[in-house]
Amino acid sequence: MSTQSDNQPVPAENRASGWVIFVFFLIGLIASLISGWIAFPNLLYSTQQQPIDFNHKAHVAQMDCSSCHFFRDDGSFAGSPTLDECKSCHMYPMSNDPDEQKFIEEYVKKDKEVPWLIYAEQPPCVFFSHAAHVKGADMECRTCHGDIGQSTSLREYQENRLTGYSRDIWGYSMLRLGEAKHGGRHKMNDCAECHLKETGSKGDCFQCHK
Amino acid sequence: MTKQAQHTKTKRYGMVIDLDRCTGCGACMVGCYAENNVPFRKDETDKMLSLNWLRVFKVDNGKPFPDTEVCYIPKPCMQCDGRHMEGHSPCVSVCPAVATDYDEPTGVVSQIYTRCFGCRYCMAACPYHARKFNWWDPVWPADMEKYLNPDVSVRMRGVVEKCSFCYHRYQKARDKAYVEGRDEIAENEYQPACAEACPTRAITFGDLHNPEHEVYELSRSKKAFRLLEKLNTNPKVYYLTSKSWVRRKADNYLEGESPADRKPAHKAETASH
Repeated sequence: MSTQSDNQPVPAENRASGWVIFVFFLIGLIASLISGWIAFPNLLYSTQQQPIDFNHKAHVAQMDCSSCHFFRDDGSFAGSPTLDECKSCHMYPMSNDPDEQKFIEEYVKKDKEVPWLIYAEQPPCVFFSHAAHVKGADMECRTCHGDIGQSTSLREYQENRLTGYSRDIWGYSMLRLGEAKHGGRHKMNDCAECHLKETGSKGDCFQCHK
Repeated sequence: MTKQAQHTKTKRYGMVIDLDRCTGCGACMVGCYAENNVPFRKDETDKMLSLNWLRVFKVDNGKPFPDTEVCYIPKPCMQCDGRHMEGHSPCVSVCPAVATDYDEPTGVVSQIYTRCFGCRYCMAACPYHARKFNWWDPVWPADMEKYLNPDVSVRMRGVVEKCSFCYHRYQKARDKAYVEGRDEIAENEYQPACAEACPTRAITFGDLHNPEHEVYELSRSKKAFRLLEKLNTNPKVYYLTSKSWVRRKADNYLEGESPADRKPAHKAETASH
């Protein structure tokens, strides 16, 4: 019906208003990118500090990773050391470090476990076998956890307010690009990616789920 | 079907239940409830609403006293291999979410609760009623939440759950083997809770492919049969019985449907099959 009007040339003032629309579109795009990439992640994650600071580098200079992060006889992995294991050296202060003083005053003397925040804690539906990776496949800790053995203090812990999971599960890049840094990127697809490369298969569901 | 990892040897874990030994005490059910965090209700009188991964059925020969005979049939998930032994079990083939899948290295049919969205196609497809639906969130009495098994995830309302042959025990046994530098796990290292709980040792569990495992011989014995074999689901749960009426009940046909009815000449052959 209106074919005649469609073929008419566009008036000059209409072309100018096209620019106005484009500028408004650009403003809107930039505003949504800022909210999506900067504001939203800050809202989504809460930041907490570890109860006491820990110097991995100072410890690694005197002992192996496996002195504290060891396998039990039944094949399970001990994870973070308990108070008893720390106490075997730190019953009394070994240095002038204020964090060590705090550890002895608040935890050793009160016989209270340190409520460490676990960066790589997986959701309860996940079965992760340290034995299969460290013993079976001869992998190093740093392949997944980053070079944490050389760190002199503990980084902050970020928790997803909606899911309660550590930010390390999603990773620090919102686009999930690049190699895993600080041990970030521990989602199912990240596991599957490596499994596909190393074993030729993403694995069956029950290999990693319970 | 996914490609196998090079170092894993395919196993086919299965169960042989000796019905002549089963007394119907229900210890296997109790063991299963405790091991797998299976929720229960305050009032369990209505068995239609009960959740259970393993249920002991009671059948009788239908004859009046004094000829009455009773047999108890403990019935976990049959972990079907499918018609051509390729893992095409009834539930796996209908799941639209790939929440249930066939675990290639062990032959166990997996169920991932976080992936399931509760359409219950699998329950309709399963001829053994092995699957149960969570109509409610589990409610644990008093501080029982602290006694839950951390190796088995707790299910929420709206998902389907079923027996996993205590797969977490397989994973733990594998972990131990890794730490000790072994490739294979021993027969007694991986046993499901029901097999361990059985006081008469009616339940035997192991790798049906491995001649050194007890189930290898038992599953090939003349007394062995499986439930509803006519459906070609190829279950990995075998039953042993010396009573012919139990066998007939286990693979029941409608009147005139049985191959034995149609070809009376081959009756003896079909019975021994």
